[in-house]
Amino acid sequence: MTRRPTAPPGEELVLDPIACTGHGLCAELLPERIVLDDWGYPMIDPQVPASLREHALRAVKACPALALALRQARAG
Amino acid sequence: MSDRLLAGLAGRNPVGLGRHLAVHGPMPDVTSELVREVTRAGLRGRGGAGFPAGIKLAAVAEGRRPVVIVNGTEGEPMSAKDRSLLRRTPHLVLDGALAAARAVGAHEVLFCASPQANAVVAAALAERAAGSRREPRVTVLESAPGYVAGEETAVIAHLEGRAPRPRVTPPRPAQQGYRKRPTLVQNVETLAHIGLIARHGAEWFRERGTSDRPGTTLVTISGAVQAPGVYEVASGMPLADLSRLAGGLTEPARALLVGGYFGAWVDEDGAGMTLDDADLRRHGAAVGAGVIVVLGASACPVAETARLAGYMAGESAGQCGPCVHGLGSLAGVLDRFATARTVPGDGERLVRWTEMVSGRGACAHPDGVARMLASATRLFRTELEEHAHHGACSGCAAPATLVLPGPSRARAAA
Ligand SMILES: Cc1cc2nc3c(=O)[nH]c(=O)nc-3n(C[C@H](O)[C@H](O)[C@H](O)COP(=O)(O)O)c2cc1C
Ligand code: SF4
Ligand code: SF4
Repeated sequence: MTRRPTAPPGEELVLDPIACTGHGLCAELLPERIVLDDWGYPMIDPQVPASLREHALRAVKACPALALALRQARAG
Repeated sequence: MSDRLLAGLAGRNPVGLGRHLAVHGPMPDVTSELVREVTRAGLRGRGGAGFPAGIKLAAVAEGRRPVVIVNGTEGEPMSAKDRSLLRRTPHLVLDGALAAARAVGAHEVLFCASPQANAVVAAALAERAAGSRREPRVTVLESAPGYVAGEETAVIAHLEGRAPRPRVTPPRPAQQGYRKRPTLVQNVETLAHIGLIARHGAEWFRERGTSDRPGTTLVTISGAVQAPGVYEVASGMPLADLSRLAGGLTEPARALLVGGYFGAWVDEDGAGMTLDDADLRRHGAAVGAGVIVVLGASACPVAETARLAGYMAGESAGQCGPCVHGLGSLAGVLDRFATARTVPGDGERLVRWTEMVSGRGACAHPDGVARMLASATRLFRTELEEHAHHGACSGCAAPATLVLPGPSRARAAA
């Protein structure tokens, strides 16, 4: 859940918890970074290294609620 | 010790303009220089989050057509400091609000508070109208009910005519707030301090309090004390001294709830802690909105915590899955503890779910509830186990110490 302070600012996953309806599709497509909580809502490790970018984009596109986004990580 | 914000106040009636000026002195002309003065003063927001006011003023001052919102919602049920300031010293809050508006270049100030407080503010405004120069326009508006309605983006939604529910940030209100304009949302007490910093300066402000939390702080003390009420203390005061300030205890204490319903339960003697976030943080607590509740030994901490968890779950704005389901599940576990109906694994669930909900909503509501529950699990471990095995204790039937208003309209609208 928490961002690792040492990771270089690359891209990160951002979830809109209001839009998210807990379909859980994202966790199936990106299990390396997303696991579901006990109620079916995603818990996200936001750092996305280049090696995971493809999968992350797929998860973003698959979200039926448009609740997931990939954006440039803010420094710090 | 009530020598700054509460100076010159006697009784419950509002202080008129003449007396206000006699007590505090005239307001100097305010320029954007005040932003730097507030920054130097190290004033922290008094609405709960403790964010440095100077940083927010500076951010809002950069934007075009900014607005100032005076957050007098005071959704925290056991807090009375904001309404106390508004009703007793409305001119000081007005001084601060108008000074903040001038400092950031805002021509519009929106007061959001209860109808009673608004009436006092409106009367104070009328008193000033005669001598007014080119003052920012002030509008008073009724706040929305409910615990979450005081969250800043919920206040903005309410003032824009929508349901008082938080939205996802960023953008923060300082960038994009009321009607998309840069918006300074500041707590009533924060603004009252600014009214004094404008007069006396940063050095003066820092003469009291700690380096992390300079100045004085309003606390609302209630529960098992002789004289519950709003008191002004220097930040950094030992928690152990607070009940003495409120006339002493009415019975031996079992615990203190420090920081309100987002706060933490701590040992009845204050565990050697002081009213300072740098100190409290080490024990998982925070000053928050300055609410201190003394739980007497005749009350039941498990029953109180279980009812509180149920109330807070019900106050969720109903938008974020982990908040709705997580707080609901947590309230369920605590209720099972309080009524000796636990099922195997409930102890682990309580710990697991408390960790799981934190940081998972659009606003800090789940985080605050998690903080309170984590402290309860630590401090009331023995009592929780006893209730799970033996059911209700003698304190379970005692009158409730924690005040829990009925379900809010905000929730009904969700
Ligand atoms: C659930 C929730 C409820 C809040 N309720 C209040 C409130 O009733 N009054 C208040 O001033 N701040 C409240 N806040 C804090 C505001 O969002 C905001 O931080 C504050 O008004 C900013 O002013 P300050 O920096 O002067 O404290 C609440 C925050 C949360 C997360
Ligand atoms: S796919 Fe979208 S809606 Fe479904 S859980 Fe993931 S983020 Fe939420
Ligand atoms: S976290 Fe809870 S209270 Fe905050 S916006 Fe989401 S549902 Fe509402």
